[in-house]
Amino acid sequence: MTTGIDDTSEAGVKQDAEPDNAQEAGQDERRETDRRGTDRDPEAVHTDRVRAAIRKEIRADADDEPVAQEPQNPPIIELRDVTLAFDRPILNGVSFAVREGETVAVVGESGTGKSTIIKLILRLLVADTGEVCVLGNDIEKLTYEEALEIRQHMGMVFQGSALFDSLTVFENIAYPLREHTDLDDAAIEQRVREKLQFVDLDPDQVMELAPSELSGGMQKRVGVARGLAANPKIMLYDEPTSGLDPLTTGTVTNLILKLQRELNVTSVVVTHDIRSAFRMASKVALLHDQRIVFFGSPEEMAASDDAYIQTFLGGY
Amino acid sequence: MALLERMNAAARKKVFSLQEAFILTWNAVRFIFVPPFYREDVIQQMDAIGVQSLGIVVLTGFFTGMVLALQSAVQMQRFGATTYVGSLVTASMIRELGPVLAGLMVAGRVGSGIAAQLGSMRVTEQIDALNVMGTDPIKKLVTPRLIAALVMLPALTVINDVAGIFGGNVIAKFYLQLPTSLYWATVWDQISNGGFVFRVIPNDFIHGLFKPFVFGGIISLTACHFGLRTTGGTEGVGIATTRTVVTASILILVTDYFITQALLALLSS
Repeated sequence: MTTGIDDTSEAGVKQDAEPDNAQEAGQDERRETDRRGTDRDPEAVHTDRVRAAIRKEIRADADDEPVAQEPQNPPIIELRDVTLAFDRPILNGVSFAVREGETVAVVGESGTGKSTIIKLILRLLVADTGEVCVLGNDIEKLTYEEALEIRQHMGMVFQGSALFDSLTVFENIAYPLREHTDLDDAAIEQRVREKLQFVDLDPDQVMELAPSELSGGMQKRVGVARGLAANPKIMLYDEPTSGLDPLTTGTVTNLILKLQRELNVTSVVVTHDIRSAFRMASKVALLHDQRIVFFGSPEEMAASDDAYIQTFLGGY
Repeated sequence: MALLERMNAAARKKVFSLQEAFILTWNAVRFIFVPPFYREDVIQQMDAIGVQSLGIVVLTGFFTGMVLALQSAVQMQRFGATTYVGSLVTASMIRELGPVLAGLMVAGRVGSGIAAQLGSMRVTEQIDALNVMGTDPIKKLVTPRLIAALVMLPALTVINDVAGIFGGNVIAKFYLQLPTSLYWATVWDQISNGGFVFRVIPNDFIHGLFKPFVFGGIISLTACHFGLRTTGGTEGVGIATTRTVVTASILILVTDYFITQALLALLSS
């Protein structure tokens, strides 16, 4: 397993990956674990079932599998020994790097500070100690105006979509273009149509609607289109599938994969939906007890024998 | 000990809140002169703050003028001085009631609306979305509302004054049987007897226009301050709205006293 960070080894995550097992057919494995379940500890049976399900999930999307990134790709986002506390400690010595073209899923229990990491990357929050580097800049050393400029290279999809409810769908997507580009009205409309089509929405049907007239899944897709409007180098997602039904969750997950495949956008996805995380991520960072206790590929996570990881995946 | 700690924490919170209010004010004023300028937002806010408040301001002014004339007529009839009812209504409306009533009405109608709108934007992450897209929320949301309030509140006050004086005219004509020409002559006497600045601008107008200018700033900045600091979901939006109306109303009344005293000293000298 490639840990990528010190925290992982400090946390004592065992790294006995099972590459051969990972090649077995999911159905056979499920049957095997079921058969063994008759004379084994129920907890072990459950763990085996979870692993089998996760492997199946990963294999089921073999065609959609994130493009393997060359290790020499430069880090686009890097957190180094970041510590943050409000009235209680939130993050303690968090370090990880996201390389160009990678999709890193930050997973963990609710309230562990996953969304805080995104806010640190955007400099909506400033770390107490440590460094947050984005596109080669230590974002915390920039002036407010410089930080605004760096943010123009990032697109963000919010948990609740955060579409401006006083604007139409068209105006929402056109907003970053009107703010930061010299595009004329025709070019803006063309870009908005292009982005809506990319997220599988019919521009003619939705452009003039208010966000309140859209379903949750459509709002999320318009949020992705708005995030993409300025062709950012980095996309950040805060719980992109939360509150969505399984079908719409699949649609949004496929959309993130499509973005990665077709546009090679570097992404950070904060989620507690481990199923989606395993489908879309090239790396998974598990946040627990204010630290990153695992950083590696979904396969490595599924194969891990670490007790906490097993417990965490057991909830899946 | 626990009590002292709580008091200390509460005091620190107040000081930080005050500090944030000053920073917000400074940035909102600074951005008036720094591009990009959101002209469309300013016009939209002028419509929301000014045009859409016209009805309530005209009604308030008209009935206040009528009540003023009615109450003063009862007292003045004893001395046979009912002819001066126009002077009394004019002085009261232009110097005090016009600015304060327009201010309180706008604080209630517009201040609460701004706080609720920005508070909702805060709790639904729309403010964060602006930040993420490289837009300063103060420049985009606060400065246009400040400019609109600074321009529209004096305009609303003038309309409020005129409506009040007309209200007094109705009482003078139909209740006191005073000729309309006499009523308007006393109105003009009051304005001209108050003195002039630079021999052109009546002193009463300085009182009547400077105050709403300040009140406009108070209302918009108070509403934006509480709106942008909203936490705690929809309940927080309600709290922000209430705090805006209470704080802005108190600040209007307190500031009115100090402005009046300062202007009286300044203009009489």
